[in-house]
Amino acid sequence: MDVLMLSRLQFAVATFFHFLFVPLTLGLSILVAFMETKYVRSGDETYLKMTKFWGKLFLINFTIGVVTGLTLEFQFGTNWSNYSMFMGDIFGSLLAIEALGFFFLESILLGVWIFGWKKISKTAHAIVMWLVAFAATGSAVWILTANAWMQHPVGYVIRNGRAELANFAQVALNPFAILMLTHTLFASYIISAFFVMGISAYHLIRKQHVDFFTRSFRIALVLGLVFSFAEIVEGHMHGADLAHSQPTKLAALESHWQTSKNAPIYLFALPDDANGKNRVEIGPIPGLLSLLAYHNMSAEVKGLADFPADERPPVLITHFAFRAMVGLGFYFALVTLIGWLKRNSLLESPWYLKLMLYSTPLPYIATELGWTVAEVGRQPWIVYGLMKTKDAVSSIAASQVAVTLVGFICVYGLLGAIGFYLIIKKAIKGPAAD
Amino acid sequence: MDLQAIWYFLWVLLWAVYFATDGFDLGIGALLPFLGKNDEEKRVMYNSIGPLWDGNEVWLITAGGVTFAAFPLMYAVMFSSLYSALMLILFALIIRGVSFEFRGKIDSPGWKKLWDFCLFIGSIVPSFLFGVAFANIFQGIPIDDKGVYHGTLLTLLNPYGILGGALFFLLFLVHGAVWLSIKSDGDLHDRAARTASGLWPVLLVVAVVFLVASKFTTPIYDNYTTHPPLFLLILITVLALLGVKLFLSMKNYWTAWFSSAITIVGATFFGFVGLFPNMLPSSLNPAFSLTAYNASSSRLTLQIMFTLAVIFVPVVLAYQIWVYSMFRHKVSKEELGYDEAY
Repeated sequence: MDVLMLSRLQFAVATFFHFLFVPLTLGLSILVAFMETKYVRSGDETYLKMTKFWGKLFLINFTIGVVTGLTLEFQFGTNWSNYSMFMGDIFGSLLAIEALGFFFLESILLGVWIFGWKKISKTAHAIVMWLVAFAATGSAVWILTANAWMQHPVGYVIRNGRAELANFAQVALNPFAILMLTHTLFASYIISAFFVMGISAYHLIRKQHVDFFTRSFRIALVLGLVFSFAEIVEGHMHGADLAHSQPTKLAALESHWQTSKNAPIYLFALPDDANGKNRVEIGPIPGLLSLLAYHNMSAEVKGLADFPADERPPVLITHFAFRAMVGLGFYFALVTLIGWLKRNSLLESPWYLKLMLYSTPLPYIATELGWTVAEVGRQPWIVYGLMKTKDAVSSIAASQVAVTLVGFICVYGLLGAIGFYLIIKKAIKGPAAD
Repeated sequence: MDLQAIWYFLWVLLWAVYFATDGFDLGIGALLPFLGKNDEEKRVMYNSIGPLWDGNEVWLITAGGVTFAAFPLMYAVMFSSLYSALMLILFALIIRGVSFEFRGKIDSPGWKKLWDFCLFIGSIVPSFLFGVAFANIFQGIPIDDKGVYHGTLLTLLNPYGILGGALFFLLFLVHGAVWLSIKSDGDLHDRAARTASGLWPVLLVVAVVFLVASKFTTPIYDNYTTHPPLFLLILITVLALLGVKLFLSMKNYWTAWFSSAITIVGATFFGFVGLFPNMLPSSLNPAFSLTAYNASSSRLTLQIMFTLAVIFVPVVLAYQIWVYSMFRHKVSKEELGYDEAY
């Protein structure tokens, strides 16, 4: 393999792994802050126990998220130096703002939260957790703004052989970033909700700590229900926006090859990347793609055949990742809706609790599929329409990258195994007995 | 001073603050097997930096992000050239970071030993390699006109590079030992203070050798001889280093720690003040060197980033100092009993 492929794999391993931990940080921080607030306002010790129990799981998860984020920031320089030279004027500043404005706040205050139980008042302690949650979200805002700029570059001018900042407000308020941010935050809340519901279900099935986990389950259920439905609406808007911002990605999502009015969606399509068509097409629903993309059944939707072969993303991966993600998205809405109907009789539905226990990993899978759609669907571009991935890679020895790629796989593999083992162990152990 | 020059020194400052803060975390990690005689002492060492290490590490993330934002060419060339060294540092920092969180989660001696070892390795590797990297920047690395590096990891391990590594390692060890003297009491405190005092002469020797070697292997002193008042910086740094010993012997540990921090900041500035406006000199041809002017971002980006830095750096420092002062006391038995303690 060459430096390009090795570097792509390495970045994929690093980001996908990092993103196993980030969403839970975003959502669980809010849930823990909410529980602690409940405790401060009501004085109910169960809420304190909930804060500590879910807080402990939050911290294990947070640590892995932090240490794996570190490598990402530097990989643009190590492996993608041509990208960094070309885009640093815009992209770098977004990362710097993230660190200065938010990540500091998050990291420093989390130390206060962990060690400051007796040093500051109860109210201040709860506020610290809200600030941690706020800062985590703020971090996500800027990182996603940076990624959105790669998806849909705005506010720049090509000067001195590189992309230079022309309008900061345009970069910061990139409409694509706002769609991406909401999509990712909602997904994070769904992951967190299912995480809490899954672990709560485990204990409720065994009828232990019933009050504790019923309350936890219900709090998470509200979050999960609201955002599962919101995500469907938002996901649709996000997809429709691609018609303007990333037509090749939109076409790849539905494996749409020929530009046509009344563009269909197939119940099943098997893309054939090499020959630029679908090998199998079953159950066309005429006009549905036009309707979803332009809110007009007869609108024309650009097909992949209109783009040179070397400007099309890998359709097979993009298409099936998208389908699976959407399917899971609807599943989340369905099971949280069922949960809502059963919210007062959870113990009487062991099958539902079991379903929720086993559903815990599904939002993780959906989120990783979503990133596959976002990143693979953007290929062959690293910055859509502006720079190709193959032109972005560093001039370094492939052997170096091969070694670090193996390093990433081993270290992250072990880290992930240990991290999830500890999370599961602590989750099964349940809240402190006192 | 123009915007590029301001950013150059702001950039140095961020790295310097990173070394001065995370430096004592790394030092404590490196001292763990030698000073922590039993589990309780080890836990005191962990918890002496427990609430602070993560915030300290963000200075590294900020330094990285600011390199990217203010000097994208520097970011691209520096990190791709130092690929293996940087990756080793990052992997080390990963295992260091999780050691804190993982160690206490399972109550078994083998498990704890594993993470103690990870903390140790995860601390000594960055301490040494940061020094190697920065010494190599001071003396120049083989980069061509495209910014492509013609060397390997071993190229960096030249005598001056190793000397830089030893200097940073010792600076951090002393910094960490002084911090532990502040944060612990009893036997551990005595041992920490003795270690700081005992390592200090070694540090002094290495620092003097480094200052002399810099004369022969780097062009650093050119700026100093052209602008003699700059020698004040070296003077202050050396005085701070002498102060560490003085305040240690007066048992004035906080002042010793501040002296040590100033020494680290001074050592970082020493090289870059000498290099300015060069950021990454090429050892192949001076014309290929990266400077504050040819590596910088556009004026607009520098302006926006400057405004943000002027607002946020003091704010961050303010709340970080607040947190430091919240945890300025010695690690107590009661604290070790907390559920959340490491």
